[in-house]
Amino acid sequence: MKGNELLKINNLHTGFRIKDTFYDAVDGVSLSVKKNEILAIVGESGCGKSTLATSIIGLYDHNKTRVQGEIVFDNKNLAALSEEEMNDIRGFQISMIFQDPLSALNPLMRIGEQIEEGLIYHTKLDKSKRDSRVLELLQQVGIRNPERVARQFPHQLSGGMRQRVIIAIAIACKPQIIIADEPTTALDVTIQAQILDLLIELQAETEAGIILITHDLGVVAEVADRVAVMYAGQIIEEAAVEELFANPKHPYTRSLFNSIPQMNSQSDRLNVIEGIVPSLMNLPRSGCRFSSRIPWIPGEAHEENPALHEISPGHFVRCTCWKEFHFKTDKGGGTHELYANK
Amino acid sequence: MWKTIVRRFLIMIPQLFVLSVIIFVLAKFMPGDPFTGLISPQTDPARIAELTEKAGLNDPWHIQYMRWIGNAFQGDLGLSYTYKRDVADLIGERALNTFWLSLLSVFILYLIAIPLGILAGRYQNSRLDKTIVLYSFVTYAIPTFVLGLIFLFLFGYKLEWFPTSGSVDIKYEAGTLRYYWDKFYHILLPSFTYAVLGTTGIIQYLRSEIIDAKTMDYVRTARSKGIPMRKVYSKHIFRNSLLPIAAFLGFTITGLLGGSIFVETIFGYPGMGQLFVSSISSRDYSVITALVMLFGFLALLGSLLSDIIMSIVDPRIRIE
Ligand SMILES: Nc1ncnc2c1ncn2[C@@H]1O[C@H](COP(=O)(O)OP(=O)(O)O)[C@@H](O)[C@H]1O
Ligand code: SF4
Ligand SMILES: [Mg+2]
Repeated sequence: MKGNELLKINNLHTGFRIKDTFYDAVDGVSLSVKKNEILAIVGESGCGKSTLATSIIGLYDHNKTRVQGEIVFDNKNLAALSEEEMNDIRGFQISMIFQDPLSALNPLMRIGEQIEEGLIYHTKLDKSKRDSRVLELLQQVGIRNPERVARQFPHQLSGGMRQRVIIAIAIACKPQIIIADEPTTALDVTIQAQILDLLIELQAETEAGIILITHDLGVVAEVADRVAVMYAGQIIEEAAVEELFANPKHPYTRSLFNSIPQMNSQSDRLNVIEGIVPSLMNLPRSGCRFSSRIPWIPGEAHEENPALHEISPGHFVRCTCWKEFHFKTDKGGGTHELYANK
Repeated sequence: MWKTIVRRFLIMIPQLFVLSVIIFVLAKFMPGDPFTGLISPQTDPARIAELTEKAGLNDPWHIQYMRWIGNAFQGDLGLSYTYKRDVADLIGERALNTFWLSLLSVFILYLIAIPLGILAGRYQNSRLDKTIVLYSFVTYAIPTFVLGLIFLFLFGYKLEWFPTSGSVDIKYEAGTLRYYWDKFYHILLPSFTYAVLGTTGIIQYLRSEIIDAKTMDYVRTARSKGIPMRKVYSKHIFRNSLLPIAAFLGFTITGLLGGSIFVETIFGYPGMGQLFVSSISSRDYSVITALVMLFGFLALLGSLLSDIIMSIVDPRIRIE
């Protein structure tokens, strides 16, 4: 079952330099990932999910990025390691799967060679053992004619196949943690399901902890064990997947659910909170980051800087007055209506 | 692949035909004629008229054109009025000189430009990068003839390290080792001049390709494997950045075969560029038309060569 904590993030701040100021795209995130667990991170585009991922694995531009806080893995603080020290961990103990398989592979290098690269530096396998490991990996990710594919170039493969190759690269050295940043977003729906199945299957085999970043709640429901909802660089709600789907509390989480068009809904109006994630330079830096999108909640109703409150074991919400309002579709409930004023 | 190459050559035929008509007509409409200045002013105008008639210069242009193209197909490009020699022979000899000069120029050019471009791109915004960029702008700003003259004066006349004109010293017998060495010795300074001035484009191009490549997704994937940064550069960034440079090689080579007018003129090197200039000023039609045809053919060949090189270095491109 779910094991111990593999990775623990404490109060992480990741800021990008724009002119001479750093703007935090990840603004005080604390999280943990356990062995054999799939932690989903959801949120609209621009809320800092990818930034969080690249901070963990250290794939940011060191000249333009400031990472503060702790990312504890294997008794080391990854945020404080040098590029060389990170290289011993990247691709070996922690690896990453990227969103766009079409651009994530080197167009001039054969598939086999691209998978083999990590093995050269992280294992002691000789050339022939590496070659057979490459074939084994290709098979493991569901590629039927590995010998042929290993000799091919990326442009000769479909998007789904390329994503399988990316996954093969990620699992090559049997990492303990895999970060998958929107691994299915760029794929066709049918292929999406296949890739998700593959991820689940691989996880069962490897017992890795997986951080799955997505903005697709359907994906979350299907595969995740735990969910953290991000908004404007902060985690605003976190809970086990069943709990979150049964009892979403934060207005943002609820608006995410309501923005999924429901076929069986009696109401023909979508309950969406209007607006978008503000751009990095315009993110609110104090108070509730979400308050600008629900201006009809009076200011005095909530905490000044909402903290994450544990409202039931393992269920955290960064909102104090969630009891006070309800969505139009809710039965009964609070005193404020929360829906788009269309 | 061979089929494509043959097809591309066949396509060149109508292109070259159109080019030949245009060139022929333009050459005919150039002011002056080959006899002006060659024949003493005292010559009887009737005699000049007779010569002109005999050379067929009074026929309608399309007749002249047909005659010219017909002969050209038999390898007879006519006689140079100024050199009193067979044009084909004349060009052949010059082309060979230019070929060696070009080959060495390209070699030195890439030898300088590629490492500098790579360094500038890799260490973007460092002091090294800024120095290289400065160098490339300075050389870009210097006109060829100015640098040529400076080199000629400094290394040729003052220091006497290099010969100042010609392609080989006449005292050496053709075919001997000394003879070839002396040829090499003669093209060294002109090639270097040419190369130094040509580096800007390649340095700047390569530098920006590398800077772009660094932000590519596949480079991020490579970094995510935890391989050393120098490997990320050598196997991922440089390889991809050098691609367009390789593609450009075809054009560079054939472009250089046209000869550098300035370099050849300044260094008194008997190549195609020099021949072109002198034949224009002496209205040597047969040479001009033959040369322009050759340049046109080289340009077409350059694009084919580039496509072939691309199909070799880039697996995404296959010419079938
Ligand atoms: N390298 C960068 N430099 C400056 N701003 C960035 C950079 N990367 C991301 N951002 C900004 O940080 C915010 C979060 O981006 P990102 O982490 O990519 O969000 P997500 O993955 O959730 O869509 C966005 O406002 C984005 O514009
Ligand atoms: S704390 Fe207040 S402003 Fe923020 S989400 Fe909750 S109700 Fe809205
Ligand atoms: Mg993202």
